[in-house]
Parts: sequence; structure tokens; C-alpha cells
Amino acid sequence: MSSLLDYAIPGVPYGCEFALLAVGLVLTFRATGVFNLAFGAQAFVSAFVFDLLDEYAHWPQWAAFAVAVLVLAPGLGLALDHFLCRPIRTASTTAKVVSSLGLLIAIPQSIPIIFGGRTRHRIGYLWLNPNIVYFHIGSTPVNGADISTTVVTLGVVLGLMAMFRWTSAGLTMRAVVESRRLASLEGVNAGRVAAGAWALSSLLAGLAGVMLLPQSNSIDPTNPLEFTTLLVAGITAAAMAGMSSLPVALVGGIGLGVLENLLVKFLPPGGVLAQGLLPSLPFIVLVGVLLANPRLRHLDQSSDPLASVDPPPPPRAIAIRDKRLELPMKWGFRLLVIAFVVSCLTWVPGNWVFPLGQGLVFSVIFLSITLITGMSGQLSLCQASFAGIGAFTAGQLALHMGLPVLLGAVVGAVLAAVVGVVLALLVIRVSGLLLTLVTLAFALFADNVLFQFSWTGGGVAGLVVPRPAMGSVNFNNDRAFVMLALVVLALCMGVVVLIQRGTVGRYLAAMRGSPTAAASLGINLSWSKVTVFALSAGMAGLGGALYGSIEGPISSTDFNYVLSLVWVVVVITTGAQTVEGAVQAGMAFAVFAQVLTYLPQRVAGIEFIMFAVGALTYAAHPEGIVEYQRSIWMARVGRWLEAWDERRSRMARSGMPPGSAATGAVAGGVGGAPGSAVPGALPASAPGSAPAGGAYHA
Amino acid sequence: MPDGAPAHGAFPAAGRRSVSRYHAGRPASGSPLLEARSVSIEFGGIRALSDVSVRVEVGEAVGIVGPNGAGKTTLFNCLCGQYCPARGSVWFDGKPIDGLPSYRRARLGIARTFQRVEVFPEMTVLDHLLVAERARRGDGRLWKDLLNMSRVRRDELDRIEAVLGLVGLADMAATPVGALSLGHCRLVELGRALCLEPRLLMADEPSSGLDTGETAALADLFRRVQQEKGMAILLVEHDLDMVARVVDRAMVLDFGELVAEGRLDEVMADPLVRRAYLGRAG
Repeated sequence: MSSLLDYAIPGVPYGCEFALLAVGLVLTFRATGVFNLAFGAQAFVSAFVFDLLDEYAHWPQWAAFAVAVLVLAPGLGLALDHFLCRPIRTASTTAKVVSSLGLLIAIPQSIPIIFGGRTRHRIGYLWLNPNIVYFHIGSTPVNGADISTTVVTLGVVLGLMAMFRWTSAGLTMRAVVESRRLASLEGVNAGRVAAGAWALSSLLAGLAGVMLLPQSNSIDPTNPLEFTTLLVAGITAAAMAGMSSLPVALVGGIGLGVLENLLVKFLPPGGVLAQGLLPSLPFIVLVGVLLANPRLRHLDQSSDPLASVDPPPPPRAIAIRDKRLELPMKWGFRLLVIAFVVSCLTWVPGNWVFPLGQGLVFSVIFLSITLITGMSGQLSLCQASFAGIGAFTAGQLALHMGLPVLLGAVVGAVLAAVVGVVLALLVIRVSGLLLTLVTLAFALFADNVLFQFSWTGGGVAGLVVPRPAMGSVNFNNDRAFVMLALVVLALCMGVVVLIQRGTVGRYLAAMRGSPTAAASLGINLSWSKVTVFALSAGMAGLGGALYGSIEGPISSTDFNYVLSLVWVVVVITTGAQTVEGAVQAGMAFAVFAQVLTYLPQRVAGIEFIMFAVGALTYAAHPEGIVEYQRSIWMARVGRWLEAWDERRSRMARSGMPPGSAATGAVAGGVGGAPGSAVPGALPASAPGSAPAGGAYHA
Repeated sequence: MPDGAPAHGAFPAAGRRSVSRYHAGRPASGSPLLEARSVSIEFGGIRALSDVSVRVEVGEAVGIVGPNGAGKTTLFNCLCGQYCPARGSVWFDGKPIDGLPSYRRARLGIARTFQRVEVFPEMTVLDHLLVAERARRGDGRLWKDLLNMSRVRRDELDRIEAVLGLVGLADMAATPVGALSLGHCRLVELGRALCLEPRLLMADEPSSGLDTGETAALADLFRRVQQEKGMAILLVEHDLDMVARVVDRAMVLDFGELVAEGRLDEVMADPLVRRAYLGRAG
């Protein structure tokens, strides 16, 4: 029994870290409706700055703490609230998650650009020295970090609970959580309360970040990823609490820490189980909690009785192209493809052919995001894992069974699709945020566990996926491979376009618009969801196999879960709802990376930052900023053509009125606010009541 | 099947069910199209519906009226499968449909419109109806899409255009629904529901957002589909003039209870109903 305690007690301070993160997540979610995936990134910023001031600037610890945690962290929270959260307050939960995803990627990447990369020599700590053992519980030594973490966490959580219960600030915050709109009607400045919640939760993030520094020596303030991994434990504890109860979040976090330490005791060290189960514990618990906790089912649905008074989300800019633009566009596209092929075969230098091929392969993978996110409106954060399944399957089959790699790619795609179906069936009843979290958990699981075995990802050494060979054509040549990738991409594009234009695509668009109405028409939403998930996973698997093939040696780091996040953000930025968007994203992603090789190492993160900032506009323009700009330009050109027509016809028949019907330049969805006047009578609406063009500058 | 006493042994809540007083004295007739028996549902301790029984005969138009918050939309959601009632059961065409998800109920022939408009903002009016048309035929095979066999066919277009003409949206077919006004969105919903060629059309406040002329046209439309296509209609509506034009029979809900049932002018004269609408003093 005492040996059990020996293992359980060190779990408590460890679990306290989780609890601190969980409490911050719950706080932000309840007060603002944002599931703040960037929480880990915020923790990272404070930890980094604390360490910087403490170690490099030789500030006293209290001063470094004051700046990093008490000033910087709440400041960051307020900035996020002001610049990010206010504009998207009425957006959907998914849009908010995308925004926080953008931050999660942008914030850590911008730190090295601002402060420069550096290595850590000494462990900074707060309050009590982690190297001194203050006392023993049983035979367990308790050091300074353990004490400070536990005491601070308990203090913070109890303090917050007391604040919510007894202070007027807590009361108003609870009111805002119930209904921001009702609270506003009562005279509460809901905006200020939300800003306060952001500052508070950001403070918690900073505190957690700094407390983490000495807690685990694997935490490196130059590596933001570890903070994100820790966040999963935080998410798990928050999910246990049903995203609402602070004490449950505390207990859940500590319980998770203890459980992890107990498993260390009971699992044989060095065995497969210990290696596999331990890192995957938070994900397994997370999936279990997400599926078992019924309170989480309706996270997306607002319980606010006044929810319906909000203005509807901004409608998508829809441009009906001028008919005369179609032909030049078609030929322009064809010329572009021909020019691309000819260029790749002739004058493009060798070191650029490779990234172009990569771009094509990325485009295939990104089309899978078009399917799942653009067409069905679900946010999947495990596309890189599906890609990894495809790549490793093709590689292992080629290695052990001598299967041609293209065949292996198809097998890999099928396998990825099967995994996708299993995952989709797991979350069939839930949607939105929960689905996103389950996919994130799966991505982390695949990254940390599934791809670590020698029979999957080839372990640390990785695996070589050969280039395909077809008769006399040798695809070891990059130029030849580019052609192959182009063919595969064209096929995949065809598939996506056919689905988009077909019945299934229309059903998915209906589901995206209103699941309730789609079901009321007799559409089986679960089936549509499973179908699209399988297709998307399969396409990601196919693209992943191609990626492995173009790269050659690959390992689990090539299908890191962070890549899933980055890819989603990239596609959303350029345009998740069209095939062109995915191809633009793929090419841009690879080409930018190549351009960056000419720039100093310090700014390497700028590519990610660019796309991540683009993702912040998702709430306003779900079709992606590139698509948005394009539709604006199409409309503009259409208007020019129309004006030109009109002038010509006026000149031809001077004195006569201009041509009757407009050729339809724009049908911008701006006037769609419910409650606006109904033009035209019901039985036969006058032609004039159809919305007129030129709504963009409204 | 005799009224109120189903022969099926599968009736789920047979033990607890009480025959509603409104049905107790009715003569036995053919199997009603839709029958809700003593449906009750609670939200966090608040009884939204208690022991509500509804019958809609084949081809009959029934109106449900009642003050705001009476439970009309909740009743709709129970009938269509959005909510699962705590007690009672719903029968359609002589079979219990409790536990069927809403899409299965739609396939049986129940179509509805929504009080809070539920449209697909990015799709055009035509696409809305096309989705319904394809859903009615049970289309949606992936391989058909992949073989490019899902292009809009002439016969589909003809049928959709007929429905568009019926609801008066013919010249807006290519307009994205996001650009329409609330009233027009309701008509899109109605057209979408009509495309399903339902046996029962459930309309939840279809006239809100429309002016008087449009409302009158809408009432004629309901009458027409009822007479020409034999659709049964269940109408929730605030505009009593419109209800009077459409329905054969009306039911009054108040605080989740059925307080009266019969011809509209009769039930509106009922003192209980007057009290529900005008307050206790009335």
C-alpha cells in the first residue's frame, strides 16, 4: 500500500498542472464560447519570457514572474479578446475553434522571430527550489516544485470558486455565461466581462506555463509542442468536468496525473504496453470521456434563450460569373496546366522540381480537407495521421511483400478509409466540437503511439517508401514523378468535383447549412458523415503514400499531429470549399517552404504564421480569403463587362433604353437578414424583386 | 385499427396510457394518418406538453392554435422526431414511429417547415428543391456521382419548376437563399417540403414574415395541395384568418395542454380558449 502511495503522490503535482490548464479552458469556454486550443501556446509564451528574463537578463525571479505572468499573460488575453474574439462572438463553435487553431500555430512560431532561437542552460523556477527536498510523505521525497505547484493550483482553483460564488464580479460573469444578451439587457457590460475572463484565463495559462518549467525536465521553453501535448491532458480534465465545473476539472486533472504515475508502476518498464499505453493514456481517457459524458453532446448548441436575436452569420459571397468569362477562364486554365507540364519537363531547375512535386502531393492531401471541412463542415484534425497510415502501409508492403508502391498506395488509402470509418462511427452521434476533439486525440495517439512501432512507422529510424516504377518509366526522376503526381491529382480533383456537383455533395451542403432541415427531408446524416469521412481519409491516405514516395525516407515526425493542424489552417486560408482552393494551398505550402530556404533560419516560421493569420478570418469568410478575393474580382470584371455592354448598346441605339435583363453579375447575399421587408407579392413576384447585383460594396 | 385501442401488441406505453377525453366518444373510423397519443415532454422540470393527443385523418387539414409558449412547436418536434417524448407515442399510417429518427419519418411521408427558418444559405432556391426531390426518390448513391450520373435531369427540373410556380418563386430559382427575405425563405421551405410529396405536410407558422396578400395566397396554396394532391395538413399558425381559410378542424393548446378541439369558430368561442388567449378575466 505504501508503495502504491509512493507512486501516487508524485502524480499529484503533475496532475495539478493538468488541472490548471483545464480550469483555464473551462473558464474561457464558459465565458466566451471559444474552445481555446491556443491555451498551450499562451502558456508557452509566458514560460518562454519568464525563462528569458530569468536566465538571460538575470532579473530576479519575482520581477520575471511579474512581467511574464502578471503583465504579459493578461495583456495577451486582452489583446486576443479585442482583436480576435469580439469580431467572432456570434460565430459558430467551429469557426471559433479554427481561430484558436490559427493562434495555436501563429503564437509559438512568432516567438523565435521576435526573440531569436536559443537554448536553455539552467532550469528557472518560481518560489521554492525544485532541487531541494523539503520533506517526505511516506518514503516519497517532496521537492520545492511539487509544493509550489500543488499549493498554487489549489489556491487558484479555490480562489476562483470563491470569486464565482461570493463576489459581484463572479455573479456578473455567471450571468454572462448563462446569456450574454440577457445580461447586457440587465445593464452588464458583457464585453468587459468577457475581456476579464480572457485576461483571467490567460493569466492561468501563464501561471501554468511557468509552473511547468521545473516540473518536468522534458519541458523545453524553446519547444512549444510540448506545451500543446500537455494541453491534451488539460482538455481531458476539462471534458471530464463537462466544460463547466471547476472543482471537477481540478479533481479530474489530479486524477489523471495520479493514474499516469500508477501505470508507470504497474506496467512492465520498457515493454510495449508501457511504451504504447502511457503516452496514449490522455487520449484514451479523452475519447472515453467525450463519448461517455452526455453533457458534452450539446456543447455546440447555445443554451442562451436569446440566441435567436443575433444577426445571422455573414453569408458567403456568391458570384454568378458572367457567361463570357467562362470561355477565357477555361482556356486560361488549360494553358496554365500545359505551361506547368512543359516547364516542369524542361527549364525548371532541379531543386525546384522537387517542391513542385511536393506541392502536387500536398494538393492531393489537401483535397481530403476540402471533402471533410469544405463540403461537410466538419473539422478534422487528424488528416496527417490518415496520410501517415497510407504512407507507412505503402512502405511496409513494398518492403516486406515487394508490392508495387502504387498498389500499396491504394491499399494504404483503403486502410486509412477503414480507420476513418471506425473513427466516424465512434463519433456518429456527436458533431462539431466533439468530433474535432476526438480527431485531435486520434492524431496525438497516432503520432505518439501508433506510428512508433517498427511494423508501422519503422520506429525512430523510419522507413523508406520507394518511388514507383512502371515498365520503362523510372519515377526516381523528379520530373517524371511530377507528371505522375499531376495525373493522380487530376483524378482526385475529378472525384471531388463530381461529388460536389452530385447528389451527395448537395446533401452535404444541405447538412452544412442546417442539419435539422436536411434530416427533415429524409437525408440520413449519419450515413453522409461516414461516407465523407471515409472518402476524405482515403484521399489523405493516397496523398500520404505519394508523399512518402516523393520523400523516400519517412518517419513518424513527417506525419506529426501538428502538421494536421497546420494543413487544416492552410487549406482554410486559401479556400476549403473549392478544388482550386486545395490546389492553391498545396502549391503555396510547398513553394513558400522552398522560398524560405533562401531566407535566414530565424524567419522560418513566417510561412506558418501567414497561413495561421489567414485562418483567423475564417469566421468572417468561411470560403477562405483567396476564394473571397477571387469572387470579388470575378464580380468586378462582370460589372465592367456589363457597363461596357450598356455603353455600347446605348451608343448603338442612342435614345433607346439599355438592354432589359442584367446578365447577372453578382448575387451577393447581403440583404438576407431575417425580418427585412418582403419585396413582391406571393403569387407572381415582379422580376424587380429579385436581388439586384452590386451587393459587395454594401 | 379502432380508435384509441391498437391491436398491435408492440404498443410501448400501453400500461400507462389513458384515453384522451377528446377521443373517448369518437366513433371508430379508418386508421388515422397521424396519431399522437398522450404525448408528454419535460424540459428541466417544466412540462412543455402534458398528455397531448392529436389525430389527423388522411387528407384532412388540422390547425393548432394557442398563445405563445403553448407548446405548438414542441409538439411538432415530437411528431417529427426532433424530440423524444418522455411519455406517449406517435403513430403514422397505423404503425408506431416512436424512436424513428427524423429522416426516417420524413421518408414515411411527413414533411415540415420550421418556425425558425432552417434553410441552406449557400444553396440556390432550385438546389433546395432538388435536394428534396432527390431525397424523396431515395437518391444519393456515391457511385452515381462518381460516374457523373447525377446531373439535373429534365423531368426533375419540370417537377421542381411546377412546385416553384406553386409557391410563387419561379423567378428566383437561381437566387442563393442567403439573399432572400424571411418571408421568401419560408416559401422556399414550403416548396422544399412539397417536393417531398408528403402525405402529411406540417407547417409551423408559415405566414409570419408575409403581408396580408401573400398570406391569403398562401392559404389558397394549402387548400389547393390538400384538395389536388390529397395531402393532410397540420398547421401551426397565429393568423386566425389564415387558419380559418385552411383547416377543417382546429385544436387549441395552452401551457402544454390541449384545451379544446373542434371547428375553429366553435373552439374560439369556448370559454377555456378565450381565457387562454385573453387572460383569466375574459
